[in-house]
Order: sequence, then structure tokens, then C-alpha cells
Amino acid sequence: MSEHNGHVLSVKLLTYILAVLLLLTFITVAATRVDFGYFKVVVALALATTKSLFVILFFMHLKYENRFIKFIVFMCFLILAIFIGMTFLDVAYR
Amino acid sequence: MSSHVHKDYHGAKLGMWLFLFTEVLLFGGLFVLYSVFLSKYPQEFHDAGKDLNVIIGTLNTVVLLVSSYFIALAISFIQRGDKQKAILFTWLTMAMALFFLVNKFFEWKAKFGHGIYPTSPHLAELPHGENIFFGLYYVMTGLHGIHVIIGMTVMGFMIHFLKKDAIRQDDFVKLENAGLYWHIVDLVWIFLFPLFYLVL
Amino acid sequence: MNNNTTALPSFFEDSGSDRKGILSWLLTTDHKRIGLMYLYMVLGMFIVGVCLGLLIRLELIAPGKDIMEAQTYNAVFTLHGVIMIFIVVIPSIPAAIGNLVLPIQLGAEDVAFPRLNLFSWWLYLIGTVLALFSLFTGGGAPDTGWTFYVPFSEFTTTNVNVAVLAVFILGFSSILTGINFITTIHRLRAPGITWTKMPLFAWSLYATGWIQVLATPVLGITVLLIFVERVLGVGLFDPNKGGDPILYQHLFWIYSHPAVYIMILPAMGVVSEIIPVFARKSIFGYKAIAVSSLMIAFAGSLVWAHHMFTSGMSDTAVLIFSLLTFIVAIPSAIKVFNWVATLYKGSIIIEPPLVYALGFIFLFSIGGLTGLVLGSAGTDVHVHDTYFVVSHFHYVIFGGTGFGLFAALHFWLPKFYGRMYNKRVANWAFGILFVGFNTLYLPLFVIGLEGMPRRYYDYLPQYQTGHLISTIGSWILAVGLLIMFVNLYRGITRGKKIGRNPWGGATLEWQVPSPPPLLNFDKEPDTSGKPYSYKGVERDE
Repeated sequence: MSEHNGHVLSVKLLTYILAVLLLLTFITVAATRVDFGYFKVVVALALATTKSLFVILFFMHLKYENRFIKFIVFMCFLILAIFIGMTFLDVAYR
Repeated sequence: MSSHVHKDYHGAKLGMWLFLFTEVLLFGGLFVLYSVFLSKYPQEFHDAGKDLNVIIGTLNTVVLLVSSYFIALAISFIQRGDKQKAILFTWLTMAMALFFLVNKFFEWKAKFGHGIYPTSPHLAELPHGENIFFGLYYVMTGLHGIHVIIGMTVMGFMIHFLKKDAIRQDDFVKLENAGLYWHIVDLVWIFLFPLFYLVL
Repeated sequence: MNNNTTALPSFFEDSGSDRKGILSWLLTTDHKRIGLMYLYMVLGMFIVGVCLGLLIRLELIAPGKDIMEAQTYNAVFTLHGVIMIFIVVIPSIPAAIGNLVLPIQLGAEDVAFPRLNLFSWWLYLIGTVLALFSLFTGGGAPDTGWTFYVPFSEFTTTNVNVAVLAVFILGFSSILTGINFITTIHRLRAPGITWTKMPLFAWSLYATGWIQVLATPVLGITVLLIFVERVLGVGLFDPNKGGDPILYQHLFWIYSHPAVYIMILPAMGVVSEIIPVFARKSIFGYKAIAVSSLMIAFAGSLVWAHHMFTSGMSDTAVLIFSLLTFIVAIPSAIKVFNWVATLYKGSIIIEPPLVYALGFIFLFSIGGLTGLVLGSAGTDVHVHDTYFVVSHFHYVIFGGTGFGLFAALHFWLPKFYGRMYNKRVANWAFGILFVGFNTLYLPLFVIGLEGMPRRYYDYLPQYQTGHLISTIGSWILAVGLLIMFVNLYRGITRGKKIGRNPWGGATLEWQVPSPPPLLNFDKEPDTSGKPYSYKGVERDE
């Protein structure tokens, strides 16, 4: 048992996280009912990113993983962002 | 950690994370397409998005979030040695996944009823951007749905392993990895939901 | 190092299970057996691909129809590409040689996930069978070229569906190998094998693994989308339905450009192993070579659109991708300079592995430098989609990865069979291969510059001399390959028995018996030495 450092999360903490996620979901729905125009995409994506941070950090235990795992998770999303961003070098200037 | 290589807890976790990256980039290709087409057809995406049912979308979001919570609980319980509760919450995760799929089925069915499906005559009359929107909608939610089905199968195996004590308090990495997979499925949905049901 | 240890049975005799015969191979989890199974499939399919290539060259010996119809010709070059890229080159060094060598170099008994390793091999087998199946079913063999470009691939009546599914499965197999190797390198290095003492071949496989994990899924979704488009007609790449065919090219090259580094990095790793052993001198710039592998992997992911300069992309994108392309040349050049600097003032022993490795450096340098011609936007417009490109990537992929694989075979096969091939014949085979290779591909640069387009069935008479010389070269090359393979085969079946360390290498695989036992090590590996320090290392032939 001691050789595993799998971190045990309490039911209480997990429940809090769920509550936050549900709250953020309703905020997302409510916020996007208001007409922000194009800005709405930014709001919705910012909220979605916040939600996914909670899922990744707590439900997926990333907060308790070592630095290397954190780094490669970051790199993975960075690479995806680069793929999307650099495609826009083409489509945005066509 | 001097035990045999086949019981390498950290190795198994690392391998699973690497696999999750491939899932992120598999969907990533579709997100590339989505973002390009959104910038190309903002108005059409706005109009087409109104045809999707926000209530069902929100409900499915809640269902997946709760299922993620359940599987996280199952892991928490097996870490404390509470086998029965772990099995219970794995079952509940599976049930939520099924609930999600049933919702999705009715949603797709309603869309088909309105003549909105790839190559339908109705879609051909709509502006190009709306055709692309629904095309992406079917491809992305379809691929996501396949992942939900795979996830349910995985949960089935986990219940089997829990019952056979192949997942125990001192060896729970299988369940943890299954949980990681399930969370990624949830994570994809967290982005799909606003991009299709809410944006513009 | 002596032979006086208790003789464990080799991995050929001891399968680690009760299974006998063929099943003890097909269901094995031993990395060496899996590596050999990969190797034989790769070499088998390589011969198929070579035969298709010879057919292409024969058809092009003179203008007009020579031996096949135009439609057959389209199918033949498509198959040549699909087989060579997805079935031969991608798994060649990483999956075949990597499986054989990597765990031993790290001092491990096996890879991190042995059963997953077997599963990847099965996926590879299924993908290969499916690819071959696509030839004889449906509306005829695919005729799209290995790139499956839309819109043609969406509308051709040939059997593209099965072919793209095969590519998807092969990609999945490659991903699982990447996951396995990264985890193995992180978790299973023996005590003493620190990151800075890890052999450079392992470093190159580590960088390769990351590309496999991060880029291959994009190929997966791309070919799945072709399948979806063909079956459902969603129209994501079809301008008539609002789609954008150039996006297909983006997605395709987001994978397929990094994929050329999946092909070349492991070959560079092989060369980095071979050069110091035969120069009897520690590798020059160990850290630079290791880091340049990672740099190539990262920078190589940022340059994909240089395949699309004439596709109608924006000028901004052309400029930026062209600039970034030049940056990749830096880490590649670092490696070449370091290999040459390692040879400088070394006590060079000319043996077949070194000869093939030197061939790699020469041919890869030509391939790399002509790549710069293609990477600069201005010149690319002139030579895009001509035989210049064909020649360039054959220099990189065949001259690079192919010769890297041949070097690896001459270097490591004796280890796994415990027998040595005839070195004189191996050197002669290299000579013929080298002459044949250059006779085959050098003229293609010339006719490419003169404007001969790639993939054309027919051509103007002015290109005939080049095509003729090239076809003759293909025959010389075939003879060289035949001699090399026959010599290797005779070597592993009837060659002189060898000891543990026929070349005097200092990495761990030279400490184990030839062939190695089931779990690789018959005694604790000695990890005190550096991987490229040859003081006190004796050859044991």
C-alpha cells in the first residue's frame, strides 16, 4: 500500500468540485443567453476551460501528480493550440 | 517499488496519460476544422446552433459531470478498501453513460425527423455554413458517442475486475486509468457543449 | 568479457511459455520475438514495395504505354507509396529494431507493457492484411497516391475505404508502440543508466515516441474523415457543400510531416550508435545529439504547411512556414557535424555497419540539402510536384531510413542470431547498392528541374534519357538488395558463431550472450561505464 502514492480524495472535496462544475455549467448557459456578439465565444470557451481545469486537477488527480506529468499535459494542449493557431496563419490571411 | 515490472503503478499511469494525449489530438483534428469553419461562417453557425436543443444539451452535460463524479468516488472508495461502494459507483457511472446515450439517440432522431442529416435535401437547401455546422455536429458528437460506448464497455470490465478482486485496495490502477479515460470523454463534451449548443 | 557464464537457453529455445511452434511466436510477449516478427513483415513488405517500384520504373523506361495501362499505373504507385510509408518505413526501425534493441540497451528485461506490445504487432498485421485486401476487392486498387488528397479521394470509385481503414489501424499500432517506448524509457532504465548515460539510439526512439503519440492521432482522424465523407457525404472538404479541400491538406500534413521524423530520427539514432564503435572514440557532442533529437521532434511539428506552398494557401502562411522549415535544418546539421567530428582522428575500422552508416550520412545529406530547395517558397513553386520532390524524398527516406535500417541489420542481426555474415560480400553489396541508388535517383533531380511532373504515366521525349538511366539504376539497386539479403540470410543461418561483443561496443546489448536469453541478462549488467567509452572494452568475435 505504501508503495503507491495514489492520493485519496475525500467525498466532501469531490462533492464540492461537482457543485462548482454544475454551477459553472449553469453560468455558461445563462451567460450565452445574453447577446455578447462574437465575444460570446470567448466567454463560453473561458468557462469551458475553467471547468476542464477542475476536472483535470481534481477528478483526474493531476494536482497530486509529479511535475513531469503536469508538464507533458501542458505540452499536449500547447501542441493542439499550435496546430489550431498555425492553421489560422493560412485561413485568416487568405 | 522493487516488485516485478508488471506491477509498475507509475508506469501504468504514465502510459494511460500518453494514451489520453492521443485522444485529445484525435478530437483535436476536428477542433481544428471547427475553429476554421466557425471563423469562416459565424452567422450560419449562429443560425444553425439555434436548432439544437439547449435543454437536452445541458441535461447531457450535467449527466456526464455527475458520471465523472461517480467514477472519481468509486476510485476514492476502493482506495479506502470499500469494495461494495466502489462497485456501486462504477455501476452508476455506467448507468449515467447509458442515460447520456439515450438522450443523444432521441436528439439525433428528432434532427433526422426534421430532415437534418448528411446529404439530406433539406440541408442542401440551407446555406453552406449550416451544412458544415451540422456535418461537424454529427461527426464530433458521433465520435464522442463511440467513446461513450467504449467507456461503458470499460466500466463493465472494471465491475468484473472489482468483483474478482483483480482491483483491490492495494492495486487499483486499472480503475484509476478507466477513470482517467472516462474523464477525458467528459472533458471533450465540456467543449462540445458550448461550441454546438450555446455559441452565437 | 568472457563466455564462461552458466549458459542460459537463448530466446529462440526458451519462449517463456508452454506454447510450441508458431504459436509461441504469434502469442509471445518477448520483445525480441516481437521485434523479429516486425522485422520479417517489414522486410517482406519491403520486397513487395521494391517490386512495385521496379514496375513503375519499367513502365517509365520509354514514353507511352510499355507494360501496363494508365489506371494500373496509378494503382501501382499508390500501393508503392502506401506500403512503403505506412507498412515498411514507419515501423521499420522503431518497431522492429527498437523492439529488439531498446530494452537491452536500457538494461531492462522487457518493454513496459509487453502484452500491449504484442497487441500493436497484431494491429500492424491486421492493417497490413487489410491494405493488401483493398487491392483485390471493391472497385479496384486505390489510385489516389499515398496522400489520399481530396477531392479525388472522396469521389474515386476505387477501394479507398478499405485502404484508409488500414492506414487508421496501422497508425493505431504505431501510437501504441510510441506509448510503450516512452514509458519503457521513463520507468525501466536499469540503475546507473541515467538520462545522460542513455544510448543515443534510445534518445532517438524517445523523441520518435513523442511524435508518434502527438501527431499520429491527427492522421487517424484525417483518414477517418475520408471514410466518413465517402460513406456519408458530409462535405467538410467539398467546396460544393461549403467545405475546404485545403483543410484536408493541413490535417494530413500536420501528421505526415512529423511522420518523416518518425522515419528518420531512429535511423539517425542507429548511425549515432555505429559511428563511435568503429571510430573507437567517444561520440562527439553526446548532449547536442540527444537534445537535437528532441528539437527535431518539436520543430518538425511546426513546419507541415511547406508541403502546400502551391495549394492556394495564404502568402503569410507560405512565408512563415518557409522560415520555420529552415530552422529544422539546424538540429539535423548538428547531428551530421557531430558524426563527422566523431570520425575525425578516430582509429577507424572499416566494417560493414560503418560502411552502411557512412552511406547514410552521404545520401541523407543530399536529401536534406535538396529539402532546403523545396523549403524555400520561391524555388518550391518551380519544382513542386516534379521528380525533384520524388528524388528528394527517396534520398531522405530510402537513402536515410533505408540505409539506416541496413546499417542496423548489419550491426545488430549477428547479436540476435549469434552468427556473423560474410563481411566482404556485405561491403560489395553496399557498393552495388550505392551505385544503383545514385544512378536511379540523381537523374530524377535533373528531369525534375527540367519540369517532369511526378505521378505522370506518360511524358515528353525530352525526359527520356533521364528516365532510361534511372530505370537502369533501379536494376542495379535490385541486384544490390538481392546480394545483401542473401548474404544476411546465409549469415544468420550458416555464418561463423560469434561471442558477446563482435564489434567492441560499450552499450549494454554487447554484454549479453548472442543470441540473448529470454529475459536478456544472464548476469547483472555492468552500468558503470559510459555508453561510448571504449577503454578496456575488448572485441569478442
